[in-house]
Amino acid sequence: MTLIQQIITIGLCVLGTMTTRFLPFIVFTSKKPAPKYIQYLGKALPAAVFGMLVVYCLKNVQILTGSHGLPELAAIFVVVILHLKKRQMLLSIAGGTICYMLLVQTLFAG
Amino acid sequence: MEHLFIKNRKIFTAARHAFPYTIPIFAGFWFLGMTYGIYMNVSGFSFVYPMLMSLTIFGGSLEFVAVEMLLSAFAPLQTLVMALVIQARHLFYGIAMLDRFKGMGWKKFYLIFGMCDESFSINYSVKIPENVDKGWFMFFVTLLNQIYWVAGATAGGILGSLISFNIEGLDFVMTAMFVVIFLEQWLKDKKHYTALVGLGASAACLFLFGADTFMLPTMICILCLLTVFRRPIEWAGGIE
Repeated sequence: MTLIQQIITIGLCVLGTMTTRFLPFIVFTSKKPAPKYIQYLGKALPAAVFGMLVVYCLKNVQILTGSHGLPELAAIFVVVILHLKKRQMLLSIAGGTICYMLLVQTLFAG
Repeated sequence: MEHLFIKNRKIFTAARHAFPYTIPIFAGFWFLGMTYGIYMNVSGFSFVYPMLMSLTIFGGSLEFVAVEMLLSAFAPLQTLVMALVIQARHLFYGIAMLDRFKGMGWKKFYLIFGMCDESFSINYSVKIPENVDKGWFMFFVTLLNQIYWVAGATAGGILGSLISFNIEGLDFVMTAMFVVIFLEQWLKDKKHYTALVGLGASAACLFLFGADTFMLPTMICILCLLTVFRRPIEWAGGIE
């Protein structure tokens, strides 16, 4: 690839990304507000999207081989318990991450 | 003069409130950003590439894929389609943020430009205190996140394979953060239909389509389910 072709390739990645980020704001302006259906989606989507992002983070976990996703399951359990007990975002995240790092570096190492 | 002082204090207060929420992302983005920079470095690219790409594309998964695109034959149409498909989930974020970004002036442009998964999740879910300016708060969350990512990618690109990580598992910080945000949303909602739709559709599509191609079918599935069950969801007050 020549430098120009590289610049075009990167530029198209930027264009694709920005299209998906800006499109809703370009289509629905204050002059042309979003229809009821889109407003409903705006409220209904986030909870679904957060669920999707959790699964997205776990997409490469192999359940049938290796550690069978046990470190992930244990660490998520720690995150949920910590968060329900203390309700402090940073504590829950740090606790779960440290737990996961300990597990994959010791018990499930290799 | 006094006006300027009040304005500066407003900006400072927003920055001070925003920073703590970005700490997990600080850890995650340095780690992932450096991994990306190192990947570009060992693929034979100067650090200028990860620096500029993390600055302009600012979307982790596409940047990793873009390395492979740059190493393959020039295929502009395929590149654009891939970018649109990988980034399609941002459409959902925009729809959710239509109201909240209203009246943000010039900041709105940057908030949309920098709306990665993490910035969207924080800006959507955090209940910003009354005395903190919402626009500046969201601006600093977005800006700090982008600084972490670009700094990590650039550092990785410069240092390359010189550094070796003994922090295996640190990337779980991102998973933990999304679990917490999901949980917070769950505790806030009276009914959980939409959360379950998200989890269920993603898990089912991951099983059916595999890790590389499940996101687009997942998003179509979520849209269909939310559309078909709109009446019961609205009627049950499952969403605020």
